[in-house]
Amino acid sequence: MKKPKGGDTLLFQQIFDGLTLGMVYALIAVGYSLVFGILRLVNFSHGSVYAFGAHIALVVAVSMQWGIFPALLISIIATGFLGILIDKLSLKPLREKKSKPIAALITTIGVSYIIQNLLMIIFGSQSKWFPKIFNYGIIKLGSISVNSTQLFIFLVSLLLLIILTVIIQKTKVGLAMRAVEQNPKAAHLMGINVNYIVSFTFFLGGASAAIAGTLISGYYQVVYPNMGFIAGLKAFSAAVLGGIGVLYGSVIGGLVVGLSESFAVSYFGGGYRDAVAFVILILVLIIRPKGIFGKKDITKV
Amino acid sequence: MKNKIIGNINSLINVIEKKKTVKYSVYAAALLIMFLIPKIGLPMFMVRILTMIGMYVILSLSLNLITGYTGQVSIGHAGFCAIGAYTSALISLNFGLNFFITALLGALVAGIFGLLLGLPTLRLSGTYLTIATLGFGEVIRMVILNWESLTNGPLGITKIQRPVFFGIELTSLNGGLFYLVWVLVFITTVIIYRIIRSKMGRALMAIREDELVATLMGIKTTNLKVYAFIISAFFAGLGGSFYAHMIRYIDPNTFTFDTSIMIISIVIFGGMGTIRGMFLGSALLISFPEALRFLQEYRFVVFGLILVLMIRYRPQGILGGQSKRDYKMPEGVNLDSIMKEG
Repeated sequence: MKKPKGGDTLLFQQIFDGLTLGMVYALIAVGYSLVFGILRLVNFSHGSVYAFGAHIALVVAVSMQWGIFPALLISIIATGFLGILIDKLSLKPLREKKSKPIAALITTIGVSYIIQNLLMIIFGSQSKWFPKIFNYGIIKLGSISVNSTQLFIFLVSLLLLIILTVIIQKTKVGLAMRAVEQNPKAAHLMGINVNYIVSFTFFLGGASAAIAGTLISGYYQVVYPNMGFIAGLKAFSAAVLGGIGVLYGSVIGGLVVGLSESFAVSYFGGGYRDAVAFVILILVLIIRPKGIFGKKDITKV
Repeated sequence: MKNKIIGNINSLINVIEKKKTVKYSVYAAALLIMFLIPKIGLPMFMVRILTMIGMYVILSLSLNLITGYTGQVSIGHAGFCAIGAYTSALISLNFGLNFFITALLGALVAGIFGLLLGLPTLRLSGTYLTIATLGFGEVIRMVILNWESLTNGPLGITKIQRPVFFGIELTSLNGGLFYLVWVLVFITTVIIYRIIRSKMGRALMAIREDELVATLMGIKTTNLKVYAFIISAFFAGLGGSFYAHMIRYIDPNTFTFDTSIMIISIVIFGGMGTIRGMFLGSALLISFPEALRFLQEYRFVVFGLILVLMIRYRPQGILGGQSKRDYKMPEGVNLDSIMKEG
């Protein structure tokens, strides 16, 4: 146990680190939540989709030197389409065969593994440098100073989460998504193109994962093929903590996981950085499996 | 063509199983062949691969108990192997006990961890268990990496004692390791077979087919799943212990997510809920990277493809779908049934 020194400023710094991380986790968690809401399926390949997004951004930003915003944009589109592709190629046939849930579960595990290893073959398994994003030095806010990169990551994530919420709550597509979430059969009978909605959901999940991947790469300044593995696990813990299928739950869950991680690093050292999310997950599963805001009961037998 | 071959294999197996005399003579021949393999001067690497296959048969049989018979997917199985391996290696280094005792202890400790992981997660639906096992495997790796005073951290443990059987050191050279692993395979197979044919095995399969109905029939599903998990973790630990004493070196990266995926690929490929499928699956999937060197880079992509394609086109696996016990993945009724665009 090392007690961190530095008093209030350090405490604030830790909280801010945690919030920044948490917002990015929330972005990934949203992808789990959306897909779960509609298909009642935990999409295991989501972590590798996030890594894919980071690599696309890497290609555009570093290899092609196009700068960060084109990288973000191209990554969003490419990764969103990857999400659609995963659904069309691997999950839709299973739905049509009315397979058991276990079939979809194993399929997404396989897909995640394929994507991760193809990234490894194409890019090599070593870590690659990624430029720091939004680097405008230290920004003073009254008596406290914050790192601009963190501040912007926080703000961008917040903005995107707001946009997602608006899409789901205020637009026609969002209405259709919520209808499918309630009851696919009834939605279909009401003239909603369920397959289109599923694809759209996968696109949104992929896009938010791409943004998260780009932001995290710009924060830690490394990109590597296995990066999605742990990030996916943490984001999933966040989604479960907030109640999977609930959007604002994912955000709260993400913030809690991010803060816990930030404090754990300063108290226990970096070695157990990744274990925190898992401990949270287990605790949630024991105490309240449906999460803080969960409406839907997780099938309990 | 493929189905014809599989049909032939199955009819052959049926013939073998029908006639007792044929059955026992086949078993005897198999035993004889197994006994002769290290003696006929095969190249060393082949004996090594056959030994590895044996280890993976143990691991896939253990996972099959959870996945193939109980319908729960675990992708953190490597975590149990690592616990078994480290427990066995550390005890043997610090107390100088024989492999047969340390391997048993390693397996027991892995079983205890199976209980610890199973209790909170097995009350929930399968997906949550899967995620929990994934996290579990990672946490085990982290603990092994960071608890340096116990595990020697990233440097790993070297010079692990070879298994000694009545004063004879078992090595690859004298074929001892080969015999040892196949004796362990035999024991594991017999135990798993007896469990499956028992009341408990039938209850596990009932859980697999429909957990809700199983509960209504008075089966204590949570308890049984936990028992299955403990037994499975036990044998995974046994496999891990064997590996540690065979290679004589382990580090935190010995058993990773890749190992877990390999094991589950064997289970899916061979046929969930079959025993012979585990033998065939291990034989094919462990030897193919050796046979196809040029595919080395794509090896893990192939494992991923096996998972996706088998589930889609032949969910019962290569040798599955023959008997009542095999997992056929019946087409359930689910909410997406309407989604077909007519």
